[in-house]
Amino acid sequence: MKLQISSQLAVFAVLELYARREEQLSVAEIASKYEVSPHHLAKVMNVLGRSGLVRSVRGAGGGYQFAGNARRTTLLDIVELFENAGPAARNDEELAERTGEGRALLQVMKEIDDIARSTLGSITIATMKRLVAQHEVPGKTASALGAGRG
Amino acid sequence: MGDFEGAKKRMHEDLPTSSAAQGPHRTGSPGLHIRPATRADLDQVIALDEEVTNIAKPDYWRSLLDRRPGPEQFFLVATEAGASAARILGFMLGEIRAWEFGSEPCGWVYTLSVREDARLHGIGQALFDAMSDEFRKAGVSKVRTMVGRDSRLHMLFFRALGMMAGPYIELEKEL
Repeated sequence: MKLQISSQLAVFAVLELYARREEQLSVAEIASKYEVSPHHLAKVMNVLGRSGLVRSVRGAGGGYQFAGNARRTTLLDIVELFENAGPAARNDEELAERTGEGRALLQVMKEIDDIARSTLGSITIATMKRLVAQHEVPGKTASALGAGRG
Repeated sequence: MGDFEGAKKRMHEDLPTSSAAQGPHRTGSPGLHIRPATRADLDQVIALDEEVTNIAKPDYWRSLLDRRPGPEQFFLVATEAGASAARILGFMLGEIRAWEFGSEPCGWVYTLSVREDARLHGIGQALFDAMSDEFRKAGVSKVRTMVGRDSRLHMLFFRALGMMAGPYIELEKEL
């Protein structure tokens, strides 16, 4: 399973805002850390804002703040704001169900989808933050989203 | 794994179903007490399990607590400290299994129950920490469990403790 760029940006932004939840961060600030397009990130932040996971603070020094429940919000909750994850995403069911081969292949693909969905749905923002801490390399900044620029 | 056999022997001596067999575990919460289960806990364990699972299994729990536990089996209960020590808030079962599915010895957590009115107070984590201590003392360095994909509560709990997917996938077939 590969997450769409918007989903990745959303996860990164939420994690950053949760890690620095006493602050208000601008789109430019978050985009700079992850070396991604501020334009693309701004659209993502709008969606996150409508979902209630983040709130925008207007005025001088304004920006975004984390507004969700980090122990209850999972990666799946974020990803599903931008794409269908798991069985709901299978648009090939009609074609697949015409033959035995198609139905067998569909069963295998659904197994993969179920596992992916379960994994995303079991990792909260708080859990993810602890996981991030295990992966952080001192002095190194994120730069993995080059494909998301522009 | 050199310490494993010695640890097994040591634990066998330590593990009658008596609360005096092992000392209580230190917990992060001063109001919480973790100790091995005893026969006197049976009625509360049966009732709590039925409350959580909606299935009464008195014979199962009686058989577990009536027999002397194996040297690699652990049945821990959490109670309040002090005057309310008799009231069980939760319990956890674990066991060290070796060489099944080609796996080196590792600890398995296979039951966890916490009273609904006592949740979100760190009882599950305290039980897990105590169980992990037992596994470490027995010479194993890995703990595993199995969680239903739809069991959101258990899945979130074990994930929050840092557990990740392991190298095995459970397979099954209708017979």
